[in-house]
Amino acid sequence: MGAITLQKVSKSFGDVTVIPGVDLEINDGEFVVFVGPSGCGKSTLLRLIAGLEDVTSGAIRINGTDATGMPPAKRGLAMVFQSYALYPHMSVYKNIAFPLKMAGQDQAAIKQKVESAASVLNLTDYLDRRPGQLSGGQRQRVAIGRAIVREPDAFLFDEPLSNLDASLRVNMRLEISELHQSLATTMIYVTHDQVEAMTMADKIVVLRAGNIEQVGSPLELYRNPANAFVAGFIGSPKMNLIEGPEAEKQSCTTLGVRPEHIAVSTDGGAWKGVVGVAEHLGSDTFLHVRVEGVGLMTVRAEGEFDLHHGQTIFLTPVPDKIYRFDKNGNAIR
Amino acid sequence: MARETTRNRKLVFTVIGWTIGLTLFFPILWTIITSFKTEGEAIASPPSFVFFQWTLENYFEVQTRSDYFKHAMNSVIISLGSTGLGLLVAIPAAWAMAFSPTKHTKNVLMWMLSTKMLPPVGVLVPIFLIFRDFGLLDTRTGLVAVLMLMNLPIIVWMLYTYFKEIPGEILEAARMDGATLGKEIVYILAPMAVPGIASTLLLNIILAWNEAFWTLNLTAADAAPLSAFIASYSSPEGLFWAKLSAASTMAIAPILVMGWFSQKQLVRGLTFGAVK
Repeated sequence: MGAITLQKVSKSFGDVTVIPGVDLEINDGEFVVFVGPSGCGKSTLLRLIAGLEDVTSGAIRINGTDATGMPPAKRGLAMVFQSYALYPHMSVYKNIAFPLKMAGQDQAAIKQKVESAASVLNLTDYLDRRPGQLSGGQRQRVAIGRAIVREPDAFLFDEPLSNLDASLRVNMRLEISELHQSLATTMIYVTHDQVEAMTMADKIVVLRAGNIEQVGSPLELYRNPANAFVAGFIGSPKMNLIEGPEAEKQSCTTLGVRPEHIAVSTDGGAWKGVVGVAEHLGSDTFLHVRVEGVGLMTVRAEGEFDLHHGQTIFLTPVPDKIYRFDKNGNAIR
Repeated sequence: MARETTRNRKLVFTVIGWTIGLTLFFPILWTIITSFKTEGEAIASPPSFVFFQWTLENYFEVQTRSDYFKHAMNSVIISLGSTGLGLLVAIPAAWAMAFSPTKHTKNVLMWMLSTKMLPPVGVLVPIFLIFRDFGLLDTRTGLVAVLMLMNLPIIVWMLYTYFKEIPGEILEAARMDGATLGKEIVYILAPMAVPGIASTLLLNIILAWNEAFWTLNLTAADAAPLSAFIASYSSPEGLFWAKLSAASTMAIAPILVMGWFSQKQLVRGLTFGAVK
């Protein structure tokens, strides 16, 4: 069981209010990702749930019981930190065994649980090593192992992949997703990387300045962003947000067009522009186009699209895939 | 070409290093050599380095005139006692300042350090009067207390710097893993801070061992440690260089040996935080 409810949770550090007031429902077994730019309060929110920070007001309920004032260890949650926070003076075995030892379990039970966690995470050969002798990915797995053995009601991940290199990050992303499938335990995952959010989440919570901007499944957020901020944050490359006469033609303040929802032609179309930079990725081509009367736009074209710097092209947005936002940035439906 | 330059630089640095090292060590070497001379040879000019009549008579003389082992024992008790007591007070203090700082923590640290900027002689009279009234003059208890208090700012500062190096997330991880404050200290903090505590301990034993101002002013015969024992050979006895050297050699030998064996720890302790 791992249902978590936040009721009007707020947090201030002295005079600075980091989280003005958040209501959120996290269901048992869900993979929830908190995403937002740095400084948006996502890590603070996670630490409030963990109990590492005290809430200023509001209530946190875990499985229906009020956990607001509970110490971290009593909440039944396990956390994986950005720096992994392994105990450097202990072997991998002792690191993973530590929470069990603290819980007062007997040696035989600890041994059995540590070894099964180690085999799941491919750490069996490394149990005698110290964290300092491991690679980044292995350390990450030890941190996850230490969380798994406790059989927590929910896992909390605080930007766990940001210290890994790009290819390892993709692998670990898959491993964590697979782990979620097999354990079916609630996971709350904090990241600033919208790709991680899109690929891993059942439910994404987009935060800005301590406020929840929108909650929904990855595709819901992609298809129906509630406002220009979410629209610009979800999706890669970023949605083109256009202001001025072109937006007024569509009777809105800001017009949003995703790079992948633009048809490119060399013959004719709605907008005329000049190619600035063409990024050929093989599978896709990203064009940065300077469009007359609109400004710089990013366009996704097919992989082997032979265009280069200085060429004149025409762009046409796909009619039913444009987004309109009013002067407050809210979506006009 | 580049390799040539590197080698030349290495050579220059080696020469400079040895020169400075030997210059610094020379007085100690000279003291040790003089302690094996007769009084006549000790003041002879020009002095001889190796080719003189080596003798141990000064050492026997010093031991019969004043009880070396009694003073050595005083030194051991005073330096270990003041350092141990200091750590007992400083560890919780440094822990609180490193892991649960308030906005005044920096000020408290600066205030503690500022007491070390005051010349000790400034508080000599009040401390002497307190010692007299409480019957602490010429007692080891009194010296342990005063040396502990004098070195406390340094102990707290050193430990504070060490504890600051321990990442807060590790302690938080332990808290998440169900460790109580006591278990967090025993299983996580203490083992990680052991090198820091050890070098603080060593440095403070040395500071307390070599302390002369307070030991000279607050002790006479019973509680006098080795630093006071050396001094007793300088004035009342007149200029007996060889005996004074023998007394000095005997006084510095234990701490020199200890320093030699623990130099790795000491260097780490003194340069901690300077190089990342």
